[in-house]
Amino acid sequence: MSTTFESRGEKVFRIANAFFLLMITAVFLLPFLITIAGSLISESELLHREGLLLIPENPDFSAYRMLLAKGSAVFKAFRVTLFRTFVGGFLQIMTTAALAYGLSKRHLTGRKFIITALMICLVFPVQIIPQYLVVKNYGLIDSLWSLVFPWLINTQYVFIMMAFFQQIPESLEEAAVIDGCSHLTIFTRIIIPLSLASLATIGLFYAVWQWNSWYDAAMFINSTVKFPVQNLLRTILVSSTLDSVLTENSTNPPPSESIKGAIIVITSLPILCVYPFVQKYFVKGFMVGSVKG
Amino acid sequence: MSTLSGERSPSINRPLWRNLRKDKFLYLLMLPGLLYFLLFRYIPLMGTLVAFKDVAPFDNAATILSSQWVGLKHFSAFISSHYFWNIMKNTFALAGLRMVFEFFCPVLLALLINEVRNRYLKKTIQTISYMPYFLSNIVLAGLVFQLLTMNNGVIPAVVESLGGNPVYYLGDSRYFRTVLVSAIVWRNIGWGTIVYLAALSGIDPQLYEAARIDGANRFRQTIYITLPGISFAIAIMFILRISVILNQGWEETLLLYNPGVYSVADIIDTYVWRMGLEQMRYSFATAVGFFKSLLALALVLMSNYIARKSGQQSMYR
Repeated sequence: MSTTFESRGEKVFRIANAFFLLMITAVFLLPFLITIAGSLISESELLHREGLLLIPENPDFSAYRMLLAKGSAVFKAFRVTLFRTFVGGFLQIMTTAALAYGLSKRHLTGRKFIITALMICLVFPVQIIPQYLVVKNYGLIDSLWSLVFPWLINTQYVFIMMAFFQQIPESLEEAAVIDGCSHLTIFTRIIIPLSLASLATIGLFYAVWQWNSWYDAAMFINSTVKFPVQNLLRTILVSSTLDSVLTENSTNPPPSESIKGAIIVITSLPILCVYPFVQKYFVKGFMVGSVKG
Repeated sequence: MSTLSGERSPSINRPLWRNLRKDKFLYLLMLPGLLYFLLFRYIPLMGTLVAFKDVAPFDNAATILSSQWVGLKHFSAFISSHYFWNIMKNTFALAGLRMVFEFFCPVLLALLINEVRNRYLKKTIQTISYMPYFLSNIVLAGLVFQLLTMNNGVIPAVVESLGGNPVYYLGDSRYFRTVLVSAIVWRNIGWGTIVYLAALSGIDPQLYEAARIDGANRFRQTIYITLPGISFAIAIMFILRISVILNQGWEETLLLYNPGVYSVADIIDTYVWRMGLEQMRYSFATAVGFFKSLLALALVLMSNYIARKSGQQSMYR
């Protein structure tokens, strides 16, 4: 807008505000940058330099080399995380969309009942102990499927998708019926292509959730070889002496703080590379979810 | 049977089974989702009944079902235990602190971001401020550990260089809550601005023009146009937040706390986690969790009541 009316006080405010916001932005980035820098400091540098080390003199990538070596614990954990992100995320979005599509048909017998049942799930979240007992009785403990099924469908997303499917004009489906399409054809040829954008949005929600979640694995997975990266990171963070699994084949291991820093970076880098591209879908979905919860 | 019902009026009063058959494809589509809700939502909801039984770690479904009822034994054990008031105090302290800081900081940040005129600068600030939201709780905890570690961590080093006497802040009950709430606010503040920025962009620019002509400076424009313009969004977010406040913050607490700070850090959910999953006192932990569900339900009803009183649509129609 026009700046002609700007008084001197307002100009001072504008500059101070921009400066303040840049400082805030730095606060968002700094913890991460410090951790990256810390992960590149070698044992010898730690010994001969005193005080606060923010910038490594000669970056040492041995922590990364050690963690990402083929067959290493991190390597195995990434396979689990990829499984839960892609297989789990795919099953999540498919079951959510299928349920929401059915519920979007107002004439459906039992629709009211099912919607009320889902509302009850919104008000009474599952408690972890009964959930644990149920998963144990289904024999899913220590199975990778325990990372997919117990939290397969997010009730809110069902309602978001249902509202979306209801926006698709009914006449479209009626025309297809007149042309002799079966329900299956309508769903696969008309509904799915029309809703790719919203399927992708909710699918991203699920995928990011799967990538980041940890407490289900902490509850249901006993053997550390089946840990996703998040849980491996947790194990490494809380143990003061680093797991022998990690340092087995290195004679001169990097300092433990570097290893911890490196695995933090490795765990979050994929999501940080992706998020600038997906954030606009997140914003859209978040707005729908918070206004029409 | 089919001929009988075929003679009836075809539309609304069709018998149930014909409706079901007509839509069998839809039901088939919904089947996996409905099965999920039955198996992993409703059966655990029934499973809350173990709070009124004595379940041992080796029990299976059959022995759980046939075991004796013990009434409110576990509830009274929890309420009369000497942890109870400490846990309640911590639960509500954390909820209150989050309510204050996590709720108002995004409003302030959104107002400041809104004042930025340069489009690219604004976009950059927004994108960077969303970044922490995409980090997992474990990474968040890891960053906190890395910054605070006495072994060459940045914050103790800075405190020392300023002449202070650094301690391990996560292990000190004077500082734990500050660290926890700061970490949570750091993660969520940028993301929290989205709703307000959207509301701000919806304010009619003509209002500002008219105010300027009337001689209102920027501060007055903020007070009389901007704030009323987003008050609706603030109210909605406030109501939504009350209803979920007890369900959040436990993961961060669980990852950051340690036995040394239980006196200020232990909340209901972390207590349930320790009692249930670590000590395997399933019935007791379920009872404690059920107690929390009742508190949470009271908050949901309260927020819904506020929503209706303030003329907004009820959240659970």
